Amino acid sequence: MSLKNSQQPARQRPGGPMGRGGHMMGMPVEKAKDFRGTLTRLTKYLKPEKYRFIAVFFLAIASTLFSIVGPKIMGKATTKLADGVLAKYAYFTKLYMAIQENMPAAVVNNLKKQPIPGFDFGYIGKILLLLVVLYIFSALCSYVMAYIMSGVSQNTVYRMRNDVKDKLDRLPLKYFDQRTYGEILSRVTNDMDNIATTLQQSLTQLITSLITVIGILIMMLSISPLMTLIAVVTLPVSMLITMQIAKNSQKFFAAQQKCVGELNGHVEEMYAGHKIVKVFGHEEDSIEKFKEINARLYGVGWKAQFISGIIFPALNFVNNIGYVLICVVGGLLVAHKKIEVGDIQAFIQYIRQFTQPIIQVANIANVLQSTVASAERVFEVLDEEEQVPDSEDAKVIEFPQGRVKFEHVKFGYKEDTPLMDDLSIDVKEGSTIAIVGPTGAGKTTLVNLIMRFYEVQGGRITVDGVDIRDMKRGDLRAMFGMVLQDTWLFNGSIRDNIAYGRDGATEEEIISAAKAANADHFIKTLPDGYDTILNEEASNISQGQKQLLTIARAILADPAILILDEATSNIDTRTEVLIQRAMANLMKGKTSFVIAHRLSTIRDADLILVMNQGAIIEQGSHTELLAKGGFYAELYNSQFTGASA
Amino acid sequence: MVKIFRFLKPYIWNLFWVIVFLFAQAIAELYLPTLMSEVVNNGMMKGDTGYIWKYGSYMLLVALGSSFCSIVGSYLSSITGMGCGRDIRDSVFSRVESYSLNEFDKIGTASLITRTTNDIIQVQTLLVMGLRFMVFAPIMCVGGIIMAYSKDKQLTLILAVVLPVMLILIGTLATVIVPLFKAMQIKLDKVNLVLRENLTGIRVIRAFNRLASENQRFEAANRDLTDNAIRVNKIMALIQPAMIIIMNLTSIAIIWFGGHRISQNIMQVGDMMAFIQYAMQVMFSIIMVTIMFVMVPRAQASAARINEVLEVEPGIKDPPESIMSDSQRGHVEFRDVTFSYPGAELPAISNISFNASPGEVTAIIGGTGSGKSTLINLIPRFYDVDSGSVLVDGVDVRQMNQKDLRAKIGFVPQTPVLFSGTVAENIRYGKADATDEEITHAAEVAQASEFITALKDGYESMIAQGGTNLSGGQKQRLSIARALVRKPGIYILDDSFSALDFKTDARLRAGLKKETTTSTVIIVAQRVGTVMDADRIIVLDEGRIVGMGRHKELIVSCNVYREIVSSQLSEEEIA
Repeated sequence: MSLKNSQQPARQRPGGPMGRGGHMMGMPVEKAKDFRGTLTRLTKYLKPEKYRFIAVFFLAIASTLFSIVGPKIMGKATTKLADGVLAKYAYFTKLYMAIQENMPAAVVNNLKKQPIPGFDFGYIGKILLLLVVLYIFSALCSYVMAYIMSGVSQNTVYRMRNDVKDKLDRLPLKYFDQRTYGEILSRVTNDMDNIATTLQQSLTQLITSLITVIGILIMMLSISPLMTLIAVVTLPVSMLITMQIAKNSQKFFAAQQKCVGELNGHVEEMYAGHKIVKVFGHEEDSIEKFKEINARLYGVGWKAQFISGIIFPALNFVNNIGYVLICVVGGLLVAHKKIEVGDIQAFIQYIRQFTQPIIQVANIANVLQSTVASAERVFEVLDEEEQVPDSEDAKVIEFPQGRVKFEHVKFGYKEDTPLMDDLSIDVKEGSTIAIVGPTGAGKTTLVNLIMRFYEVQGGRITVDGVDIRDMKRGDLRAMFGMVLQDTWLFNGSIRDNIAYGRDGATEEEIISAAKAANADHFIKTLPDGYDTILNEEASNISQGQKQLLTIARAILADPAILILDEATSNIDTRTEVLIQRAMANLMKGKTSFVIAHRLSTIRDADLILVMNQGAIIEQGSHTELLAKGGFYAELYNSQFTGASA
Repeated sequence: MVKIFRFLKPYIWNLFWVIVFLFAQAIAELYLPTLMSEVVNNGMMKGDTGYIWKYGSYMLLVALGSSFCSIVGSYLSSITGMGCGRDIRDSVFSRVESYSLNEFDKIGTASLITRTTNDIIQVQTLLVMGLRFMVFAPIMCVGGIIMAYSKDKQLTLILAVVLPVMLILIGTLATVIVPLFKAMQIKLDKVNLVLRENLTGIRVIRAFNRLASENQRFEAANRDLTDNAIRVNKIMALIQPAMIIIMNLTSIAIIWFGGHRISQNIMQVGDMMAFIQYAMQVMFSIIMVTIMFVMVPRAQASAARINEVLEVEPGIKDPPESIMSDSQRGHVEFRDVTFSYPGAELPAISNISFNASPGEVTAIIGGTGSGKSTLINLIPRFYDVDSGSVLVDGVDVRQMNQKDLRAKIGFVPQTPVLFSGTVAENIRYGKADATDEEITHAAEVAQASEFITALKDGYESMIAQGGTNLSGGQKQRLSIARALVRKPGIYILDDSFSALDFKTDARLRAGLKKETTTSTVIIVAQRVGTVMDADRIIVLDEGRIVGMGRHKELIVSCNVYREIVSSQLSEEEIA
């Protein structure tokens, strides 16, 4: 279990170490298998937020439109200024000419009497005031839009996360046994995070970018179709350059990713096997190999960085060409009085704003791809086949006696490799069943079947005569108590961990359970007693103490049937004695399935089940099995009379 | 962070040129609006088309120059940043490989892996980005202000008002949002924690019918995370509109005040247009620097972690003059050895003395925490003793070259560690120049040949990382074969049969016995059956030797041994 646990979410996401914020251009993108289907499904998730979406949509349009009109209006102010300059210039030229050409004094005087053409600051002021209003309004819209979106995206993801958790609760154990925890965790956190960010940023960006492009195009056309043509021609050039470079850099990014993977793999292996590397004197080989991979990583890494770094200057250059052409052509147009100076200023602002949203749209396409891939992984979980639902008219055993029967049970983890073909066991109430066999013989298989973590493929299992499939899983499991070697405790106080055994247990019950489990003493020696919080790995108490807590938990639950694992390999002898006694306390008068390691337990058991390679190969009492001279006898002899080997 | 910059030293000239080229680029970018203003003032306003063409081609040249500088700068910063990352990685990895187990345990495997991989990538990214933007943006910012100032001194006052407002706004938002971001990580971890607990404890949770309460726990954590994220997003929602409005209002202000200055003949229209562009360039570069600064704290934390690794000196070093042991082969002696782990109150083992000679089997038995593994870890000098000495072939291990010492030892760890590669490669790990015959022989003795030949590609079958495609028992047998192929003077087997079934265990021990007649064998064991026929059994309890001798002797003389035996064997078997 711990091995599985250590495989943390390690999947490298596109964008790598920079996270989503810095999605580098030219990086390879993960693609969804069924893009359209997943997207429609994702859209369905957004349905409850429909009205907000509509609001956001209109706000986005409003905000963008208002900001797009801005430069054009601002241009008018500039034009007015230029007009003023020109008028003044014209006036003084006229006057100067008049004086130069020795016009009659009356003419000169008349000219002088005319007011010096001034600047129409009233008009300019009005325009600027209008602009202030427009910009503030636009900013307000864009703020409200982002504000609404923040709730939309997070609440959607909140619901999705809960749905996945609910789904996980209904999935059969088979699902979890086949996957690493890291894989499942990554879907609930990383993938969800990816979806949230996209909803928050990219969706509104997509809307505003599209509107911006269209709006700017219209505004530019309204200024000068010729200049717009120039601007639009530079566009495919920039696109072509971006795509070409991106294609090249993707190659290097892929190679880089591969090198990073290789390097990480080597580091993980060498560090995990540090002791072995040292004791076999392989430090130098290991460093040499590391340096070799590292050098390769550098070789592709700088190229990837460099080439993706070229995109920006190259685009900038194309932009600048456009900019210069606009200045030249625009200048000529102004000179010929076809357009006004302010238009040039507006146009320059437009063309500067033009490429940005186009690049953004292209980028969003990538982001969407990876988001849909994330969503697909989440939906995959939601689509997994669930366990058989509890039957409606479920039976309840009110006073369980603890008689367990296997009748012709057929089972295998894989359909085609049966482990149990026709297993029948009859366990009388209050008796003890010892399960023995080498490590990895599949002793948990029995637990899986009795607790109905897995479904039998044939025959049936009954408790007190009732087929376990006719009971609610909850009611069935309430009859059992489990103490396994894999002591699962959660990040909470010791009291809460014991109380886990039964809802609404009183303080006295908890303490007396701890006493019966021989745990009371050590708990009291802890700094906070029963309120001591177990840390994440529960590493602040020893393995043996953990085991005692799980026994206390089972005692508190007071079940009719027990499933115990005697394996205490990681526990010091003193604690082991405590555990033995506590288990004996627990087993009194109850049907117990014991995964047995102690000879005394095995010999005193009412029934011994011998397991090997996942299957029950022999069953009977100690003497019966010895007399049989089969696997058990051999096992027994090799284990307990080792000297003869 | 500053300490990590020492890795930039070999790239000092690169750095110099990066700055030169970025500086040139900035100047070119800043020159463009001025050229444009000339075009407006002297070309457009006067209708001089020749002037427009002439200055237009100047602008094109300047733009070309700017792009060229930028590409060269990008090239230099890529090779510098990535090269620096490579150098840091090399030195971190080499340093870690030189660590003794002591330093290794102190930082922890998982943490060391992150430090060697992710943390360095973090720093490397900052370097590459920083070289490109963090150098460029300030130049643009200062240059933009200078150019604006040169266009019109008084109009620059607008910037003097706007820029502080902008900085204060950014500062305030940052102080509000940074703690929220930190809280975000904590809350995300909490969701992860609850979910991980739910996954690891799935059997227990289902067995105890606690799905409902677990769901509550998850939903609470989820809600908490969501609420925090919404709060962050709501503040983030402010940033973009605020920045845009500041920029737009600045433009409006420039036109208004600039207009008045034009009317007073102090300024020309083209200059005002250039001024607006400069103001924008300045503000953009400030935003750029801010974004960069978001990356700094993360990289800083990474850099600190990397430095920590580099600063830890390996505690075990080869002596300046090593002594090669004489002809003896495989003699191990402990002389009154006491050892405690760093920081521990009590020694892990104390006053251990014993002698093990070739041809003998020494077994060590005792409860968990009694110091069995600690004891054997001292032989290959994974740790250094506090007092007393460990001698191999008559020489104190501290006086030997580590490599020479370990070449004498065939070590089989408690949990088998295999490396990705073929089966043969893994066995050959014990002896680089082992022949195929030696490898098959070692595998046979280790009872591994049977399952190896059953694999698809036999000895050439690939083993996945961590050996996940083999069972525990198979891994253990390969790890034993790896030690066997060395034919060492000393075998150390640390509870290495635990995953084997009893039959294989017995066969393996019989095979080993034949193989190790001239070697010293030291076995740590849990099963009494494994140790019963050893030449010497050492019984450890709480780090001390409480009994030493043969099975028959100990059963009479040693209480602890009797306890262990009686828990495993029945009365008649003991007798």
